[in-house]
Amino acid sequence: MFKIVEKKVLGQDIKLLRIEAPDISKKARPGQFVIVKIGEKGERIPLTINDFDPQKGTITIVFQEVGKTTILLGRLNEGGVIEDLVGPLGKPTEIEKFGKVVCVGGGVGTAVIYPVTRGLFQAGNQVIGIVGARNKDLLIFEEEMKAFCHRLVITTDDGTKGHHGLVTDVLKQILAEEKIDRVIAIGPTIMMKFVAKTTEPFGVPTIVSLNPIMIDATGMCGVCRVNVGNETKFACVHGPEFDGHKVDFDLLMGRLNQYKEEEKIALTTL
Amino acid sequence: MEDKEKKPKKKIVPYKTKMLEQPPKERVKNFKEVPLGYSEDQAVEEATRCIQCKNRPCVEGCPVEIDIPDFIALIAERKFVEAARKMKEKNALPAVCGRVCPQEVQCESKCTLGKKNEPVAVGRLERFIADWERENKMVQVPPRPAPRGKKVAVIGAGPAGLTVAADLAKIGFGVTIFEALHKAGGVLVYGIPEFRLPKAIVQAEVDYVKSLGVEVRVNAVIGNLFTIPELLSNGYDAVFIGIGAGGPMFMNIPGENLNGVYSANEFLTRSNLMKAYLFPEYDTPIKRSRNVAVVGGGNVAMDSARTALRLGADDVYLVYRRSKDEMPARAEEVHHAEEEGLIFKFLTNPTRIIGDEKGNVKAMECLRMELGEPDASGRRRPIAVKGSEFTIDIDALIMSLGTNANPLLPTATPGLGLNKWGYIVANEETGETNLKGVYAGGDIVTGGATVILAMGAGRKAARTIEKYLS
Repeated sequence: MFKIVEKKVLGQDIKLLRIEAPDISKKARPGQFVIVKIGEKGERIPLTINDFDPQKGTITIVFQEVGKTTILLGRLNEGGVIEDLVGPLGKPTEIEKFGKVVCVGGGVGTAVIYPVTRGLFQAGNQVIGIVGARNKDLLIFEEEMKAFCHRLVITTDDGTKGHHGLVTDVLKQILAEEKIDRVIAIGPTIMMKFVAKTTEPFGVPTIVSLNPIMIDATGMCGVCRVNVGNETKFACVHGPEFDGHKVDFDLLMGRLNQYKEEEKIALTTL
Repeated sequence: MEDKEKKPKKKIVPYKTKMLEQPPKERVKNFKEVPLGYSEDQAVEEATRCIQCKNRPCVEGCPVEIDIPDFIALIAERKFVEAARKMKEKNALPAVCGRVCPQEVQCESKCTLGKKNEPVAVGRLERFIADWERENKMVQVPPRPAPRGKKVAVIGAGPAGLTVAADLAKIGFGVTIFEALHKAGGVLVYGIPEFRLPKAIVQAEVDYVKSLGVEVRVNAVIGNLFTIPELLSNGYDAVFIGIGAGGPMFMNIPGENLNGVYSANEFLTRSNLMKAYLFPEYDTPIKRSRNVAVVGGGNVAMDSARTALRLGADDVYLVYRRSKDEMPARAEEVHHAEEEGLIFKFLTNPTRIIGDEKGNVKAMECLRMELGEPDASGRRRPIAVKGSEFTIDIDALIMSLGTNANPLLPTATPGLGLNKWGYIVANEETGETNLKGVYAGGDIVTGGATVILAMGAGRKAARTIEKYLS
């Protein structure tokens, strides 16, 4: 049983939960994830860790309510409990001094690129942040990102805040103007696909964090398999971060859509 | 003549007492257990078949050395409570073993009666007595021994880990089992289906192990949450690794990442551990596919195929590259699957998987095989027949090709000796690894084997750990 000690509403259907998990908080690193399961009949879903505080013994997750489990998670309140929380899982983000890096966060992925950005900033990199969302109500972690970016650019699809357009517009311009040593992108699969496409002609190493369906998340079931450089990898143990130029994003998107019908049925049971 | 009258020779009953089963047409529509178990009278009748021979070869055939003739004699005398206690002296999981052990190659294969007749149905009797004890609420927790002041960490709550834990707790050691999943039981909960091993029974046996004083900590992925050196420096005097052989194998043929292609591990974990067959009552979904192919010939392939049938498939094919004789599955499982309508495609090997425009599997291309000379496994090697390609229309494909060592824990344990396949090198008699105070047993040492062999390895390791900590 893991107790919820803080709950915040960050944006439209986007919520933050800080959870008491002393052992996980001591081991968690940027880029790692946890498995969450609610109730006896719940499914196991992976959520990348937003933050961790070994002193307070807590970890923080941020999620958008899109399916039954995230909706149920969003209904929990301070003082409530999550039955099953497993982690930290996956490999942490490689954090070292690369030089000049761009951290791209899209939608709820911004909560996850935040600790990566902080780590890269603290490792002495020049950090440019690009944060994108569909509209200003879905923008999250802007202030937090600002604290660890030498420069932060906001984009919205509808132009309600910052640059009117996509993160890739801004990224392309930066790549054309400056020498960038590494790009890290975390967000919707389609965004990561186009970030990788944008950086490829510039030859800039690009890391993406993949979010396939998982069950055990320890390398046992293989449902999270992704194609990277024509090799099958398990995102749960070999990732979740991979070389974005080698990932077969279309395959990943197809696999993510496998249970769309069942996801709709599950919503009717809420 | 007089002698004979004094000591009448026991009349041999040549056949096992029959156990009732759910009829195939009925059971293929539900997930309830297939064999229904013995009644008290049937159990007594079967127990009476045992001739109580002096050399007790059946005990030798049991990896955990259950005093088989003794518990059978107690059943014959209708002393069911005593029979259950006798069994539990050596086996903490009898209701599990009575159902899933391959008795035909173990205890029953050695039975003296079996030389000329059917052997005594040891497995059925084991199941009977364990079920009787549980159903009559006669399960008794043995008195707690004086604590020895030493603690052992057991990694993995599967058959090996539960056995080590029970054995050590019974003699006064403090034991914590760390389990990666949210439920204890390992393959007994994620792998073996409800219709072969009801999960409530596994839960009852896990509860029994807990009642011995064993602490089970679920959701703890050792290697990530804690490492073995951390456990040893934070209060544990010894560690036993019983993490199983978890990684799924694929064929490395085109199309394996299409939607609708599953590892048996995924398919069975969805259905068993997550109870996806009850979706949407349970949240984890599983596809109700129409035409399913299962590739492989082992017990896991049978479990996958029979699960697919119960999920409502029209046709389920078992695709195996050798012939029926070479199948590693238990004869009983193959027989049950056959009765339930599984279609066998022997001497058939998939070469590629074909998808539709949406990325869903729609067919599988196969080659016909013929058998050549025996290979390293002693089985005749299958050889492809050139130009024999044909396709089978399917909408789901389950790869049941065996498992490989999961590297998560071994690679997080500096210096732990592994073989070239990534399995832990451990003495199979003692469980010792190359690291002091670290023991291992079960599938992570042997590669994929059986529940009872893992339990046997647990028993041996418990003895070594006891000596090490005394």
